[in-house]
Amino acid sequence: MNPSVDALQATFGNAIGRAVESCGDTIVYVSGDRLLDVLRWLRDTPDQLYDYLVDVTAVEYRDRERPLELVYNLRSLARRADLRVKVELEPGGDLAVDSVVPLWRGADWLEREVFDMFGVTFRGHPDLRRILMWETYAEGYPLRKDFPLRGRFSRAEQVRQALAANPEAHYSMEELSIAEAYDELPPDMKERLRRGNRGRLGDSE
Amino acid sequence: MSKRTVELELATPGLDDRGQPLRVPLGVAQDGPAEPQLAGEHMLINIGPQHPATHGVLRLVVELDGETVVRVIPHLGYLHSGFEKLGEYRHYNQIIPLTDRTDYLSPMANNVGFALAAEKLMGIEITPRCTVLRVIACEMSRIISHMVWLGTTSIDLGAFTPFLWAFQERERIYNLQEMWTGARLTTSVTRVGGMMADIPDGFVEGLRHFTQTFPRTLGEIDGVLTRNAVWVGRTQGVGALTGAEAINQSLSGPMLRASGVAYDVRKDRPYLDYETYDFDVVVGEHGDVYDRYLVRLEECTQANRILQQALDRLPDGPVNVADPRLILPPKSRAMSDMEAMIYHFKQVMEGVKAPVGEAYVGIENPKGELGNYLVSDGTAKPVRWRIRPPSFINLSALSKMAEGHLLSDLIAINASVDIVMGEVDR
Repeated sequence: MNPSVDALQATFGNAIGRAVESCGDTIVYVSGDRLLDVLRWLRDTPDQLYDYLVDVTAVEYRDRERPLELVYNLRSLARRADLRVKVELEPGGDLAVDSVVPLWRGADWLEREVFDMFGVTFRGHPDLRRILMWETYAEGYPLRKDFPLRGRFSRAEQVRQALAANPEAHYSMEELSIAEAYDELPPDMKERLRRGNRGRLGDSE
Repeated sequence: MSKRTVELELATPGLDDRGQPLRVPLGVAQDGPAEPQLAGEHMLINIGPQHPATHGVLRLVVELDGETVVRVIPHLGYLHSGFEKLGEYRHYNQIIPLTDRTDYLSPMANNVGFALAAEKLMGIEITPRCTVLRVIACEMSRIISHMVWLGTTSIDLGAFTPFLWAFQERERIYNLQEMWTGARLTTSVTRVGGMMADIPDGFVEGLRHFTQTFPRTLGEIDGVLTRNAVWVGRTQGVGALTGAEAINQSLSGPMLRASGVAYDVRKDRPYLDYETYDFDVVVGEHGDVYDRYLVRLEECTQANRILQQALDRLPDGPVNVADPRLILPPKSRAMSDMEAMIYHFKQVMEGVKAPVGEAYVGIENPKGELGNYLVSDGTAKPVRWRIRPPSFINLSALSKMAEGHLLSDLIAINASVDIVMGEVDR
């Protein structure tokens, strides 16, 4: 077991949940509202120095009762140590957590991917919009377990939507503000962009 | 402001009313400014997704002030194939063909990365011969991937000849790869617990010949590029990142090392007994495009050294672990031996079950740290298969690197990231 777990429990007390070991890797569960503090402490404390964010991802289990887990793989380059920090998000609850972009710029696209694929919102992210799917994608979150392998819509419906799509929808709102083409967007898209709800299920029509 | 005029030779000599040769005023623009005022007004241009300099289907929306890049907004996903989702519906061995298609410039290294993660999850020790064969697979992939990078980047920056030399060397590795796996691109060379096949007769001699002759080509490329005034002028000081910035951006591989951070997964978290090989970690100094070029060029030499050592130590013995629940029996036995047939049936129909747990294995791919994160709930199919894509994370630093540079530098910077869109989009 990684000694950082004891140090975390001594510093943060109740905010640190259980710690388990799997295949030689230490996994420590952290409460979502203290995540940013815990990661900042892990990054900056001299005997921890987890300065490298390897990966941010999420796991949803086939068992519907289990919470969705956010996974942060941390590494200390100097100490050659690894730590996996997890945050549990209860199903049906608010799938939101603080963004770690203020700590690591590298988290920018990784968090966007988790948002895109799992629908987890990262509070304070500078530019949270879909990254692999297009912004007007309305079928939901592809890596969630309730998402069928072939997608929610039929192939005919997918083709119809692709053909009916507004080409301007391939630009983000920021880009459109540069191009001054924002005024020419259809009203429903303008409304959706103004709300900041990009590509959520049920918002398209 | 004096009016600019141009002398015009008319077909019939013309004189004006004062007897002077006829002069024709240049045009209508003379009363106003010669060009429309663009200062202060930003332009938005779109590069890609079908553009050779984006190295695949990457689309960049670039905000320009004159010719200076103000902002780059990359758009991804044109090659998104949902590999991670597909993996949740497949047995572990059935996922290996998907890994070929992520970073398709180094398919054998991807196969190795996934197999190592699955073996860590299942707690399997692979055989000594398999370990060395996988090192050979990884280092061959490093050479072909760097050769493609070198060739395409030199074309982007206007040098055509190194492209031909690099692709010729790549072709020689591809022939060896085809000899071993039967495929040039979709190799699928590993299996959980071993390899798809042992190397064929003549492979060792062929690879040894390659390792002896390859340094000559590297020397030629070095001679034509490293001190070339055009190459140096287009790459030095362009897209520089400091070591601290590179770490903060989670960069890995040559991108990180060019910025002066001596981090190599092969040295820092050794897998496949890399700690027993004698090779150097190549580190740059300035973190610009030129240093990334130097790092990749020298990594080819180091990969060649590792290949030679691996060939020298290649032990005899079995390639696959001796566990009939993991490894398919030979077809002849499966058709004649009852027990072998049962194992064959169970593996094909039910797959190999992994214990409950999760495993992350990062390997040093040519592009950077390729991570495979597998979560199992005890069934034969993973709950979650996550690829930590090095190209994707390296590409996320593009906007930061390109801002303030010229549009033509953006092409050089984008090339220096060494992306493969199959892996970026997955």
